[in-house]
Amino acid sequence: MSSSPGSVGIVTPQAFQFDEPLALQNGTSIAGYTLMVETYGSLNADKSNAVLICHALNASHHVAGVYADQPKNLGWWDNMVGPGKPVDTNLFFVIGVNNLGSCFGSTGPMHTNPATGKPYGADFPVVTVEDWVNAQARLADRLGIQQFAAVMGGSLGGMQALAWSILYPDRLRHCVVVASTPKLSAQNIAFNDVARQAILTDPDFHGGDFYAHGVVPRRGLRVARMIGHITYLSDDDMAEKFGRDLKGGDYQFGYGVDFEIESYLRYQGDKFSDYFDANTYLLITKALDYFDPARHTGGDLSKALAHTRARFLLASFTTDWRFSPERSREIVKALVSNKRTVSYAEIDAPHGHDAFLLDDSRYLNLIAAYYRRIDAELQAELLGAAA
Amino acid sequence: MNFSELKVLRPDLAFIAHWIKPQAQVLDVGCGDGVMLDYLQSDKQCSGYGIEIADDKVLACATRGVNVIQQDMENGLGMFEDNAFDTVMCLSSLQMMKHVEPLLRDIARVGQEAIVSFPNFGYWPHRTALLRGKMPVSKSLPYEWYDTPNVRCATIYDFSDLANEVGLNVLECVALHEGKPVTWLPNLRGSLAVFRLRKK
Repeated sequence: MSSSPGSVGIVTPQAFQFDEPLALQNGTSIAGYTLMVETYGSLNADKSNAVLICHALNASHHVAGVYADQPKNLGWWDNMVGPGKPVDTNLFFVIGVNNLGSCFGSTGPMHTNPATGKPYGADFPVVTVEDWVNAQARLADRLGIQQFAAVMGGSLGGMQALAWSILYPDRLRHCVVVASTPKLSAQNIAFNDVARQAILTDPDFHGGDFYAHGVVPRRGLRVARMIGHITYLSDDDMAEKFGRDLKGGDYQFGYGVDFEIESYLRYQGDKFSDYFDANTYLLITKALDYFDPARHTGGDLSKALAHTRARFLLASFTTDWRFSPERSREIVKALVSNKRTVSYAEIDAPHGHDAFLLDDSRYLNLIAAYYRRIDAELQAELLGAAA
Repeated sequence: MNFSELKVLRPDLAFIAHWIKPQAQVLDVGCGDGVMLDYLQSDKQCSGYGIEIADDKVLACATRGVNVIQQDMENGLGMFEDNAFDTVMCLSSLQMMKHVEPLLRDIARVGQEAIVSFPNFGYWPHRTALLRGKMPVSKSLPYEWYDTPNVRCATIYDFSDLANEVGLNVLECVALHEGKPVTWLPNLRGSLAVFRLRKK
């Protein structure tokens, strides 16, 4: 059954249909929608061992394992989730859900707008982190999960976990936020807008209705991905991986590919433009830009987190300059000022923002230790309830 | 973790623990593997945080289920608000600090009371080592001069002066040896200096 030791093996996504309209933060609502979901492990009798994994910009519900027909399509957090892995599927029922507006099967811009009979395109509502969390809460309702053992995510996924702790304080015991931030900086927004401009100004974008024209704004998507990718890596990491290595051994005195780093970024851009939807890229970067839970408390993050009840684990990586350790420390400080139960690890890893997806024993051992404590706590409570 | 377990594991911490009131909000600056916080939260229903920089110790804290915040103590306690804690502990860590005085001022800022311990440089084997013309190497200072993390050497008398300077009154000063208080010639016979301090 399992494809390798410690793997959840072959997995099958499920589509959950929701007919009741979901009110959105922008004042509109989405009539009916589908969420693509994968689950790993089994839900215990009192439904207390569920862990929700929230995905970042370009990921999906495919968190772990592989598909029967795509044996190389490994889940994006397969090193984190599986039997005997940090989020141990022998102990926990783990859920991956593809967010609204994404392009991996959940309702998104490429699907038909029931109001017009045409693809939503750029008319797909600009959804927010909070909207996603509300949709995820409905999924939890559908699965009969009143309270998650943990909600966890990295980067944009960490924002969702944090939003869970604010919007549904009683519905999660633990909140695990990795390489994330309480809000984007001007620099973060600037990078996002350069990426959006690349897409919006691509002649093949057609105002978001490129589906009808049978084209894809590939050039825009490529540039968007290239610029995004630069922000995921550290300067040192890039220097070590590519340095000034030349693709052809010598300068070409032209505008083709001279350096290995150019080749790498172009390859990443090409690959991305093959599978990612341009409208999705636009709206997910907007969701990132808009996230700011302290916006309604006069910029006071401590006040924004005052009603949280979860216990928190935060982790950041020293070379992450996209969402630097300082951003995580802001969250920790706000939680500490509310006397919340919180631990924070600042991991000295060389890989920049991407480190949250990579193997680093300090990081993975810490998450593993934390989840073992969660399990012990659940077991103790079950024993207490039985006694 | 109960008191007898703590006493076996760390007799010095077991001595200090009686100064901390049940249900106190505590901060343990340089909390190591989190054993003190583990005891205080399980036996005395205290809550609070530890600060630790070493990865392996942060992991040990997480394994114990102790709140730990990974940071360099040299960067101060800016994470915490004024008077946030009933007691701030800084146990066997101060001697490794480059910025001792700013840290002590920060400890006085965030806590009502403080408990500070450090190896007593005035302990007699250290004095005899110096008399023999060599830097002391002992159970409480187990390093050579060139590889020691202990960059500050102080005696019990030295510390009282600095405590006053940073706005802390000395409530109690105890010299411990092997976890037991030394009453006769403490600055000579005690290997660990322990101060209980209160904000002026």
